[in-house]
Amino acid sequence: MVLEFRDDGIYCPAGDFYIDPWKPVSRAVITHGHADHARPGHGSYLATEAAAPVMRFRLGEISLQTARFGAQTQIGDATVSFHPAGHVPGSAQIRVAVRGEVWVVSGDYKLEPDPISEPFEPVRCHAFISECTFGLPVFTWDNPNIVTEQINDWWQANRAAGRFSVLGAYALGKAQRILSSVDHTIGPILTHGAIENTNEILRAQGLSLPQTTRVTPDINPKHYPGALVLATPSAMGGGWMKRFRPAPSTAFASGWMGVRGIRRRRAADRGFILSDHADWNGLNKAVRDTGAERIFVTHGYTQIFAKWLSEQGYEARIVETEFEGETLETPQLDDPA
Amino acid sequence: MKRFAALFTALDQTTRTTQKVDALSSYFQQAADADKVWTIAILSGRRPKRGVTTTLMREWAAEAAGLPLWLIEESYPIVGDLSETIALILPYPKEHEDQSLSYWINIISSLGSMEVADKRAAILKAWDSLRPVERFLFNKLITGGLRIGVSQKLMTRALAQATGIDEPELAHRLMGNWSPAETTFEDLILSDDPSVDLSRPYPFYLAYQLESLEALGPPIEWRAEQKWDGIRGQIILRDGQHFVWSRGEELVTDRFPEFGQLRDFCPSGTVIDGEILAFRDGRPLPFAALQRRIGRKTVPKKLREQTPVVVMVYDLLEQDGTDIRAQAYDERRAKLERLAASLPEGLPLRLSPAISFENWDSLARERENSREKGVEGIMLKRAGSPYLSGRKKGDWWKWKIDPLTIDAVMIYAQSGHGRRANLFTDFTFAVWNGDELVPFTKAYSGLTDAEFRQITAWVRKNTKERFGPVRAVTPQHVFEIAFEGIQVSSRHKSGVALRFPRMSRWRHDKPVQEANTLDDLKDMLDVYG
Repeated sequence: MVLEFRDDGIYCPAGDFYIDPWKPVSRAVITHGHADHARPGHGSYLATEAAAPVMRFRLGEISLQTARFGAQTQIGDATVSFHPAGHVPGSAQIRVAVRGEVWVVSGDYKLEPDPISEPFEPVRCHAFISECTFGLPVFTWDNPNIVTEQINDWWQANRAAGRFSVLGAYALGKAQRILSSVDHTIGPILTHGAIENTNEILRAQGLSLPQTTRVTPDINPKHYPGALVLATPSAMGGGWMKRFRPAPSTAFASGWMGVRGIRRRRAADRGFILSDHADWNGLNKAVRDTGAERIFVTHGYTQIFAKWLSEQGYEARIVETEFEGETLETPQLDDPA
Repeated sequence: MKRFAALFTALDQTTRTTQKVDALSSYFQQAADADKVWTIAILSGRRPKRGVTTTLMREWAAEAAGLPLWLIEESYPIVGDLSETIALILPYPKEHEDQSLSYWINIISSLGSMEVADKRAAILKAWDSLRPVERFLFNKLITGGLRIGVSQKLMTRALAQATGIDEPELAHRLMGNWSPAETTFEDLILSDDPSVDLSRPYPFYLAYQLESLEALGPPIEWRAEQKWDGIRGQIILRDGQHFVWSRGEELVTDRFPEFGQLRDFCPSGTVIDGEILAFRDGRPLPFAALQRRIGRKTVPKKLREQTPVVVMVYDLLEQDGTDIRAQAYDERRAKLERLAASLPEGLPLRLSPAISFENWDSLARERENSREKGVEGIMLKRAGSPYLSGRKKGDWWKWKIDPLTIDAVMIYAQSGHGRRANLFTDFTFAVWNGDELVPFTKAYSGLTDAEFRQITAWVRKNTKERFGPVRAVTPQHVFEIAFEGIQVSSRHKSGVALRFPRMSRWRHDKPVQEANTLDDLKDMLDVYG
């Protein structure tokens, strides 16, 4: 086996390293900077150049080596390379080749291009380890341009009614994707501290984002009438929201918003169906395009997706992991104090 | 359908009452009359007769989507709604054409009389010409149970805003025996002819749970009676006919043929509000006895003898054909007492006795005796109050006794529907019998959203076995189950059935070994059953 599934994470015996391990290990290769993939406490880290600044910001002083997309790094008997996963800026699939056998760990991924992430690149392999957060046929995404129009319309209508528009989105990825696609001429944009921290890092990396204002105790929201406010999901509904008066219109941007029951449970006014993960069709296409016969499915509707893939003729198996993927119940990134 | 779908989306996208009323009101000003009538019907819980089974719908949806049936079945509990599951998995429609709501409802209504092949063709064609939200609504109209987050009260308010007709008047016009297929907007809403429908009931006045005795003011302004545990009913005697309505606005005349006798003794133009009870030897039988009568359309003689029913009357709404709801409670009560006194013995009608009390303490003592009397507690009514419509705070309060409780172990979990989709919310509980856990009840409510999320995460990690949507979990968590009554049951393994069970507390403090036992339940059965 090129890769093994251990209690600490996905392990490569030929190179003695782990991929996105959830327990502290001596050598970790990381797909992207989200908290459930890049965890603290490892001896050394290898990640893409583009993912490095966010990881350094979030994990502090770490021993971090970087590689460009496509460049090969030799670790023991294993040859490791990163390939764009299209999930968030700097996110990668990890290709591991040992004596001619190629395995790919997808990390989190999506196939549709967005304005900020390096577009997904299919990688041929013998075995593919795929996430399946949205591995059910009820999850199919509309064209993101349609969703952007919906967000613009919502913001515009709220602004006209003298209300703030508070939109919940993850601090790394989703928030910047929305920032770079909304019509920023509609009005001012305010950001939660955790989102603005990420904005600053990505701007420094050369990403072009519209002007935003960090929400701090010194900021008087009244000076930004009808603003779009980007908040982390955990800040929604908390005391942080109280500063926006009168009661703002609230929304979430997530793939889960495609299910009415989940949308209603969030008790937000709107749910925009926008995900950084592949939908049902995307997962199936990604699996097909690898040319792999062995598919390991991790986080998501693993039982169902594995059964489906088996019926399609793949040798499909479930791998238990501790990845959270896109969840609504637990915030993906820590909020600053 | 586009307009109706837009209304649905607008209602679904806001939690603000005023925005909902505005959206409805503008719909009622713009939509075609036939669509308006159907919208009113849908929002008041009426629907076309179901003409196709959901089993067939699943099969056809799988076929149209090119997916195996099991994948639809697996997706359904995660989405929490079959109509939505089908709407989501189907490919985007090829030939969209906009037809009215009534057009689609006519198709749905005609499904019942079609051959299966024609049903299939009609439904596949509909799916292929409706957009996803419209498709969802179409499916919901077939399967029933479309909840839009709009109460009848809210709808009535919007209708009042759109037509300029009084809200209580509209509420009354919308009551009773009308069918959207056979009426028009003009007849139903706009025309003002009370004789249109002889059976039409008045909207029920519904009490709130008592918040504080002190806030009620002086006891002298209040009247008290037992809170009966039966079916709220309205008995209408007009023109030599009689009608019995349940609180759910269901006509249940045929299930209680006993009440036909009242025609011979009560004057025409009498409408009585009361509680239908299974009743023998001067006291109510347990609710379970009455349930056997509700479940069937006609009542065989034997069942009538086993479970005789009475109506325990507590209000008079119409006398000599005149609506007297605006009169004070005391006046209506005096008239009701005179009516009851004028009736011969042996009729299935009893006057709910007034409980006299000097102060709240003496009433509280009276309430303590409720369980022995087979009642749920005390009702408080303001002496000078009119009979209002719907659930309104202020004049009627229910003061229920505290529930019975037992500590039980969670052994099975199942995910919920609607806004509880993808969360484990439906649980089965067990008590100890020796070292075996015996299931005795299910419960769905009582926990906070945060607790449901917590238990859901736990269930995912502690599933021992799956039986379709049901998961057997490690017996580890103890919950306090509250319930209103306990009965012998031959249908349950434990031998008991509970009334209104719910989770009142998550007993984090209690180890699983210390949950109650089957003997504890049987002791309760001896005392309260």
